[in-house]
Amino acid sequence: MTDSTRTDYLDLDTKDETFLDATELVLNMGPQHPSTHGVLRVILKLDGEKVLGTECVIGYLHRGVEKIAENRTYAMFNPYVDRMDYVAAVSNGLGYCEAVEKLLSVEAPPRAQYLRVILTELCRIASHQVWLGTHALDIGAITPLFYCFRDREEVLKIFEKYCGARLTTHAFRIGGCIYEAYEGFEQDCKKFCDAFLPKLDEYEELLTTNRIWVERTKGVGILNPEDCIALGVTGPVLRASGVKWDLRKAQPYESYKDFDFEIPTGLHGDTYDRYLVRIEEMRQAVRIIRQAVDGLPQGPIMAKVPKVIKPPVGEVYHSIEAPKGELGYFIVSDASTQPYRIRVRPPSFVNLQALDKMVRGLLVADVVAVIGTLDIVLGEVDR
Amino acid sequence: MKLNPLLRKIFLVDLVKGLKVTFHYQPPSEAITEQYPLERPVIFERFRGQPRLNVNPDTGESLCIVCNLCALACPEQLIVVKGERNPATKRKEVVSWTYDLSRCMFCGLCEEACSTDALELTQDYEMALYTREGMVLDQAALERGQEPEKYAK
Repeated sequence: MTDSTRTDYLDLDTKDETFLDATELVLNMGPQHPSTHGVLRVILKLDGEKVLGTECVIGYLHRGVEKIAENRTYAMFNPYVDRMDYVAAVSNGLGYCEAVEKLLSVEAPPRAQYLRVILTELCRIASHQVWLGTHALDIGAITPLFYCFRDREEVLKIFEKYCGARLTTHAFRIGGCIYEAYEGFEQDCKKFCDAFLPKLDEYEELLTTNRIWVERTKGVGILNPEDCIALGVTGPVLRASGVKWDLRKAQPYESYKDFDFEIPTGLHGDTYDRYLVRIEEMRQAVRIIRQAVDGLPQGPIMAKVPKVIKPPVGEVYHSIEAPKGELGYFIVSDASTQPYRIRVRPPSFVNLQALDKMVRGLLVADVVAVIGTLDIVLGEVDR
Repeated sequence: MKLNPLLRKIFLVDLVKGLKVTFHYQPPSEAITEQYPLERPVIFERFRGQPRLNVNPDTGESLCIVCNLCALACPEQLIVVKGERNPATKRKEVVSWTYDLSRCMFCGLCEEACSTDALELTQDYEMALYTREGMVLDQAALERGQEPEKYAK
């Protein structure tokens, strides 16, 4: 073989159409990937390590919850909502029960409202602990995961003592709560609050000034307030961008107007700010729990609700501030025992659409950090 | 504590600081791992586990009055109750009672619906079986409840 034949064979000047542009690479991340927090598939368009664009493929965990609702009575559908955002089941239940209560125009008695606030704030702490543990694990810190899950156990114990289940709690019923606070509930909550604050400092000690953590999160996945509002992003992701919007203050539901608490906001809208906002939210949740436990009124826990729930014809939208953002329920009633249609506005699903905006121009490793910081739960994205 | 970075390195200050955290969690009182199955977890009273049909302890008769409320309350429609009126006592008596545990999500709605406290979700939680057929519990299985598993070292 002569030299001339070799150059003929490797003709680099004419472009072969069957091959992709060698500088661009399309990569599938997931659906089976530990740092996509479930079965999320992200199609990444890469230039080397740099992300040029993303596309999310969802639906791997679709169970048709909204369709199931059309074949169940209002009370029967209550346990199913726990299975959407399964790390914050109590918040889901609260949103659903309140939406149906609004449709029936009944209000839960004060004691039930306080109990609901205590449990949803505990649930907010538990949800943020799962977020912190897994998010830190994605970035490479293993210790926070063990610390968070160790302390989350205390919350789950309170849930189990109160309503009999740790994860899919089914804690509230339409019209109030069915379970009275057990013996020692107040003490348990106070004990948890007292023990949790030093532990929160411990998490901060591990991460806030940790050089690797700061390098990996500061300036990563920046979202400015205008983009947040345009994309419909809510929850800690929105507040970290500096928009002071919290439904607990903006449209107070339950007994939130009775409590004194702050809404933490960030300045830069990057991953580090979102981390700080969520940590501060846990502190504020402890503050709310303490106030609610101290002011827990006596009285009934269930409003007068007919045994067979038949709301009048109409439609209602009610949203609450779930740990991940605005969780809304839109219910259409045709005056039968079953809802005509239920549409859920899940915070994770809406927040996930900010992913593309956030990761453009970043590296592949940052995609993992950004998915972690959005705090998505695929059970809620797909429903 | 401000120290010269070189001195910090020589005296291994950071290592000692890190190990202090590690050894802080060494005492047995800090251990949170449960040695299941040798050590049984504490199950609280309201836990919703294996269903049981209660019987009157004095007479051994079933407390179920075949009102069918549990079957109507169940979101998964996994309870099937069939009964017949006994002409002698004029009471409805159970003919067949099945509970499909494989579809149960332990929401507790059946327990709440029961007017005589006959159906109860107990604190038993070891419900694993080798077959799906075995998960359809009949009246006898529901009344007998779970046989506690004995573990030996």
